[in-house]
Amino acid sequence: MFVNRLILIIFTLFVAVDAQAGLDIQRWTTPEGARVYFVENHDLPMLDVNVGFAAGSAYDTPEKSGLAGLTQGLMSMGAGAWNEQQVAERLADVGAQMGGYFEQDRAGFSLRTLSSPHERDQALSVLAAVLAKPSFPDKVVEREKARAIAGLKDAATKPEYLGERAFMAAIYPNQPYGLPGDGSPETIAKLTRADLVAFHDTHYRASDMAIAIMGDIDRAGAEKLARELAANLPQGAAPLPPPKVADLSAGKELVIPHPASQSHLFIGQPGMTRDDPDYFPLLVGNYVLGGGGFDSRLMKEVRQKRGLSYSVYSYFMPDQERGPFMIGLQTRRDATDEALKVVRDTVKRYLAEGPTDSELQQAKDNLVRGFPLRLDSNGKILGYLAMMDFYRLPPDWLDTYPKKVAAVTRDEVVKAMRARLKPEDMVTVIVGGQRGADDGK
Amino acid sequence: MNMKRSLTAWFVVLSLVAGPALAETVEQTLANGLKVIVKTDRRAPVVVSQIWYKAGSMDETTGTTGVAHALEHMMFKGTKKVPGGEFSHLIAAAGGQENAFTWLDHTAYFQTLPADQLALSFKLESDRMVNLTLSPDDFAREIQVVMEERRMRTEDNPQAKLYEALMATAYEEHPYHNPVIGWMNDLKHMTVADVRHWYDSWYAPDNATLVVVGDVDPDKVFALAKQYFGPIPAHELPVRKPLTEPPQLGEKQVVVKAPAKLPQVIMAWKAPRLDDPAKDTDQYALEILSGILDGNDSARLPQSLVKEKQLAVDVGTDYEPISRGPDLFLVEATPADGKKVAEVEAAIQAEIKRIQDQGVDAKELDRVKAQVIAGHVFQQDSLFYQAMQIGEWETAGLRWQDLDLRLKKLKAVTAAQVQDVAKRYFVDDHLTIGTLDPQPLPAGQRFANPISFGGGNVR
Repeated sequence: MFVNRLILIIFTLFVAVDAQAGLDIQRWTTPEGARVYFVENHDLPMLDVNVGFAAGSAYDTPEKSGLAGLTQGLMSMGAGAWNEQQVAERLADVGAQMGGYFEQDRAGFSLRTLSSPHERDQALSVLAAVLAKPSFPDKVVEREKARAIAGLKDAATKPEYLGERAFMAAIYPNQPYGLPGDGSPETIAKLTRADLVAFHDTHYRASDMAIAIMGDIDRAGAEKLARELAANLPQGAAPLPPPKVADLSAGKELVIPHPASQSHLFIGQPGMTRDDPDYFPLLVGNYVLGGGGFDSRLMKEVRQKRGLSYSVYSYFMPDQERGPFMIGLQTRRDATDEALKVVRDTVKRYLAEGPTDSELQQAKDNLVRGFPLRLDSNGKILGYLAMMDFYRLPPDWLDTYPKKVAAVTRDEVVKAMRARLKPEDMVTVIVGGQRGADDGK
Repeated sequence: MNMKRSLTAWFVVLSLVAGPALAETVEQTLANGLKVIVKTDRRAPVVVSQIWYKAGSMDETTGTTGVAHALEHMMFKGTKKVPGGEFSHLIAAAGGQENAFTWLDHTAYFQTLPADQLALSFKLESDRMVNLTLSPDDFAREIQVVMEERRMRTEDNPQAKLYEALMATAYEEHPYHNPVIGWMNDLKHMTVADVRHWYDSWYAPDNATLVVVGDVDPDKVFALAKQYFGPIPAHELPVRKPLTEPPQLGEKQVVVKAPAKLPQVIMAWKAPRLDDPAKDTDQYALEILSGILDGNDSARLPQSLVKEKQLAVDVGTDYEPISRGPDLFLVEATPADGKKVAEVEAAIQAEIKRIQDQGVDAKELDRVKAQVIAGHVFQQDSLFYQAMQIGEWETAGLRWQDLDLRLKKLKAVTAAQVQDVAKRYFVDDHLTIGTLDPQPLPAGQRFANPISFGGGNVR
């Protein structure tokens, strides 16, 4: 489907929320130490559950890069008394949908099931086994390693994959956020079943588990459910959090040749944390720069005025430690230099000038008034519960969100953006057209 | 056709969702032919508004492919009252999100807004239904953006190139032959007059369906629709010629060479569109068959090809009978490293033959139906999806009132029907096979993905 102007909304998602509806979030900790966030809602006869662990790619090492992701991927391929086919059948028989997710900090699972007892209980029993008793059969380990390696080799022909991988490696030269979640053919080939078992034992622990529950179940049922999910997981200390992120000391430009008709550009540096004191000024500030779709300066300068790109955006990805700030766009090869100059000039000018009063107002209006859109489905609410629970955000984080956005001043935006974004230190990755070379204008 | 309909309203209650969010769907057709469909969903103070035009790439002609999509871009470039950029600005200021999509069968525009802002959507959408400026300057810039979009989505995407080639091979007469985004040569030579002609031909209330889902009062929505869209006159639409694809007279093959590491294969059999939801049966049986082959992780194709035989790293089916034109039943697979496309094709054919010869068992059938039933509930969680489904049905010439009937029909499909459609539709003479023949990147442009802190593969 050809969604013309898709780009924009995706990146505000990391950030926006407001709480005029005032979600009634219930929180508790199970005897095993699992943290639970729960919203009871009986509008639809269904239940959503999300479990998250500190088991993302930040917990990989360069030598065993890809281990965290492979572990998570294999947990649902055989668990407890069931082989992988039986796991899949038991879920499908009751119409349940289970999916894994894998990020820098977090890894986990989400489950959507009908709330009727037979369907619900069968689906949850599968999730509980997957979390506590994954069997990692040798045959499946070998097969999945081969699939992962095949996928990596294919991905290495794709400009967007090459560019993002190089960008992350360059802005995190000495921190595991620079490691790709899917590893490399060499590191994947060396992983063993014992590595997976050990990673599971140390990173999927009840005492470090974030459980989010949303939907058609009462409090007593939710408590029972949470205990059943946590009951058979190992106890023990949480893994050490990822190390601090260092500032880049000098700008860097990397060119990766590729025959594609467009160049893919990635520009940025380490950005902000989940609990960043400048979270809201940066959120509003980035809306004006490149987060606000057609409201943003990058979109106006690059696409609207010059027709240089279909998609252009910037985002701060808030992580436990400072996640990436990235500007992304694609442009025809012979326009690479021009597009890059427009982007760099736009950033510099914005940092020098700051937002106009009307730009600032527009950003705040969209973020505050658009708040109900962020919470208009069980699925979206579950996503916020899981995120707040995992990152241990204060329980009123949602409730205070719109007020905090509304209170942001122009000075705060200017100060925060200037403090955080240093054009002279940014990394630029260009995949495709070579600057000033064979295909320059 | 200039359809004058009296103001009629049907009231149907969707019975499937119990509880306080009780959904109710109602429709009215304005005197100018605009059909307005409202579904209430009061779980959140939010509304989705979508306007669907029955004008997609299948209505285009030779030399101007991509014009439906190019106009979609131009629809954001302003009217006399709402100059360029202002549409998006106003929606964003109201806290909304907006976008549009063009497909083979239709073009649709949508806004998601706080529920009390619905009037803004109608005001802007009714204005650009008739008052679009379409300046040559704007067009000259925007067509560049469209070409960038084509480069991004298709030119540099081997899988998309393969799909484009497959469609152009499977369909010879029917305009599904052409890609929605248009051929690059047509985009290069498109003019603002082409776009203007398209707009003048198809953008009219009697060629549109307005779908609203959310926390709204249907009577107020109808009143608002009448206020904003009512004054727009109906208009003579171009005659729609019958568009068909004649029976295929033998297997067809197409090969695409592009930079990639893994090959890919798409097998496409001709299959029917849903025409009469009450009388049709094959379409439902084919949907269930698609579920049996690929509906879940335990389904036959992933089980056999990916897990057991390890011939493929990925496999999937696609059959969507809600369309204006003739459909395809697709099976796509990515062979595993070192495996040949021919082996994978043979394995897919063997799985189909197994169903043709031995049928499917009751457990498998029940499993697929359990997913259909649960899926129907899960879909109610998304306002956008609910509106999408209504819009797709209506624009394909079906009635949203039959959505429940579809569920009943799917539940009633028997094992014998599944076996029967497997026999009748999966015949080699009606098959088109597309293959991606992966090419290495030019010398000096090959990259492994070595790992070290610091990113060793760049310079």
